[in-house]
Amino acid sequence: MKKYGKFAALIAVVIAALVWLASTGVSETKTYYKTIAEVGQMGDRAYAERLRVAGDVASGSIQRANGQVNFTLTQDKRELKVAYTGSDPLPDTFRDGAQALADGRMGHDGVFHASKIQAKCASKYEAKPGQLRAAPALPVNKTT
Amino acid sequence: MENVASLAVLLAFCAALYALFASVIGRIQRKPFLIVSGERAVYCVWALISIGSGILVYGLVTGDFRFSYVAQHSNRSMPLLYKFAAWWGGQEGSLLFWSWLLSTYSAVVVFTNRRKHRDMMPYVVGVLMFVQTFFLVLNNFVVGPFKMLSMEGSITAVPDGNGLNPLLQYPAMAIHPPMLYLGYVGFAVPFAFAIASLITRQPGEAWIHTTRRWTLITWLFQSTGVMLGMAWAYHVLGWGGYWGWDPVENASLLPWLSGTAFLHSVMMQEKKGMMKVWNIVLISTTFLLCILGTSLTRTGLVQSVHAFAQGPLGKYFTSFLAICIAGIAFLILDRLQYLKSEAQLESVISRESSFLFNNLILLASCFAVLWGTLFPVISEAVSGEKISLDQVWFNKLMIPIGLFLLILTGVGPLFAWRRTSLESLRRNFQWPGIASVVLVGVLLAAGIRNFYALISFGFCLFVALTVLMEFYKGGRAIAAKNNMNLLRATVELTHRNTRRYGGYLVHMGIVLMFVGFTGAAFKLADVKEMNVGDTLKMGHYDLKVVDLKEGENDNYSWHRATVLVSRHGDVLYTLEPEKRFYKASRQGTSEVGVRPGLLEDVYLNFGGMSDDGVRAVIQAYVFPLVSWIWIGGLVLIGGTLVCLVPSKIKMQYARTEVVGITRKYAEVPK
Repeated sequence: MKKYGKFAALIAVVIAALVWLASTGVSETKTYYKTIAEVGQMGDRAYAERLRVAGDVASGSIQRANGQVNFTLTQDKRELKVAYTGSDPLPDTFRDGAQALADGRMGHDGVFHASKIQAKCASKYEAKPGQLRAAPALPVNKTT
Repeated sequence: MENVASLAVLLAFCAALYALFASVIGRIQRKPFLIVSGERAVYCVWALISIGSGILVYGLVTGDFRFSYVAQHSNRSMPLLYKFAAWWGGQEGSLLFWSWLLSTYSAVVVFTNRRKHRDMMPYVVGVLMFVQTFFLVLNNFVVGPFKMLSMEGSITAVPDGNGLNPLLQYPAMAIHPPMLYLGYVGFAVPFAFAIASLITRQPGEAWIHTTRRWTLITWLFQSTGVMLGMAWAYHVLGWGGYWGWDPVENASLLPWLSGTAFLHSVMMQEKKGMMKVWNIVLISTTFLLCILGTSLTRTGLVQSVHAFAQGPLGKYFTSFLAICIAGIAFLILDRLQYLKSEAQLESVISRESSFLFNNLILLASCFAVLWGTLFPVISEAVSGEKISLDQVWFNKLMIPIGLFLLILTGVGPLFAWRRTSLESLRRNFQWPGIASVVLVGVLLAAGIRNFYALISFGFCLFVALTVLMEFYKGGRAIAAKNNMNLLRATVELTHRNTRRYGGYLVHMGIVLMFVGFTGAAFKLADVKEMNVGDTLKMGHYDLKVVDLKEGENDNYSWHRATVLVSRHGDVLYTLEPEKRFYKASRQGTSEVGVRPGLLEDVYLNFGGMSDDGVRAVIQAYVFPLVSWIWIGGLVLIGGTLVCLVPSKIKMQYARTEVVGITRKYAEVPK
């Protein structure tokens, strides 16, 4: 049994080290997925955590000014002003009406400061997830 | 035609169900005709799915835009290769592709084992057809690929389709999904044999011996698939990296990790009769991770910002996984007494122990990746809040795990079975150890202070030297005995025991890949809006934009920058990063300009046009050592192929067998 004790001790050390790394890592990098409505309900916590907010880019809201891009995300008629200050160029799919994911922090000025933007442009005939079973009704809408 | 296709796939479903029940009932009631008819039904399933797939592919290639799938994933102006690749370019098609691959594998298994393993085969067929049935349920009733576009009750066609996602219009990406799927699906076969062996309470390791080659080939496909995915991310996505711990990437890595653990731990069972339960658990885990991987990539379980239960697919996959887990757990617990270990662990410094830790680490990393990938789902279930973890978390955890694994790669194979003497430790590790310490010292003196990078380079050299010494020592012995030159002797050595030396080659490939990964610690990145004539300084390179062009063709429109790269005033070469905008799908892609080198890659991405539409946003990177990842990958593939070559001794044995058969047939005419 003594031999197995050695193995058990070694295994325990390895696992403990990994668990420690994993759990300390979580608090450093966790990002909350929130809808715009939920961000509003979070109260003060909204300013403390890293958030990822999804929505559609409101038409005509994209404004570019000295290295910063401002736009408005909308979802279910709620709006969120976003300021993008990251250094990477915005994705090509980022434009009016696209679905976008903004990753960043909420500022006390009520503007969401995003450090990363992902955008998805719903393609021409693509049905929304969840409606996959329904055959697309024609005439197919050619606009994006 | 669409009716024929739908009917074929529906019939395939019936045939698969029939094969499942005929085989299992035939085995239980010992009715050979039922078993045989079950096996024939497997061929039938293959033929039927092939008909369905053939019609879909025909529709894609000829542009039959009445099919909703064709309208979504093909268009007229795409090259033929991508029209064909559209088969697996979308959800419905790729699940049909999965089914087709599984049916192909099943047919091959039934054919090659038509005279072997008669007691096990009905259950092997049963398990394979159970999985097949599940996928055919999806193909038939959940995400059918043969939906037609209709208007007011009559079928209509649209003039042209969306085209394949332009990100997938890249040669490596066209073959990346089939490679991964060949890997995913392939693990079903050893899994089926393991379960069959468990059900029939097989004595011995028949299932391992039979499926060894399968597992290796499958693992090879999986490795190739993962590496092609990395190459694709590096060359196409343009974010300047090859791995981002994206859920879809993780999905491909998970079964690779557990599959690698399995490949190692079966050796323990073959040589020592240990870890029997563990191996069944491992192969089952690998198979389930393959299913999970398919579901992650196909259902958007994790990427989506919306709730989990979105779309019907997720529930099907979850139920299927639950059923499988329950079934496997029951079988293992019920037959635990047949899986008793024949030997015990003796020493912490022994081959057994190194296998144990190899498995522990591989599984721990597998679990960590799984945990990180599913964290949004888990946290949503536990706290109601969806929380995601990013690259930083994965790197923090996976770098130490990777380094531990790397050092095991070096020391493990050189530990003796049972226990290792101090003398042999000294003999094997003294020089590699000293050399590594010297290397780390030199690197420190050269000003490198990155802790992990120092450790990694030290370990890489250590492992590489131990592997080379193995080849050298063995080769020298043979050379002296048979009077050969050293090179030929090394080939001879490898040929005599392909499994062992092929394995060393694979380890060498892993070492080279780690050299490449470590280079990431020293990467340089910058981004600048540049007009013709503007320059950017990057490390010891000077980048100068000499031309900006735009144009278009049928498929896409493009912007291209021509950038002159020079070092210390010497002009080296030009790079032409390009941005494309695909018309049919209204999506943009990047064609990065990369100049690969053994020491470092210069990598330019055309990020887009600046807001004023005059200047180009150029993202510039210098990636040290990245090429070694691809070189290591090729060595790994080569090593695996060597493992697949039969060892020389066995080959001679096989040859005498063949001669015997020929003589027997030769006597027949008399």
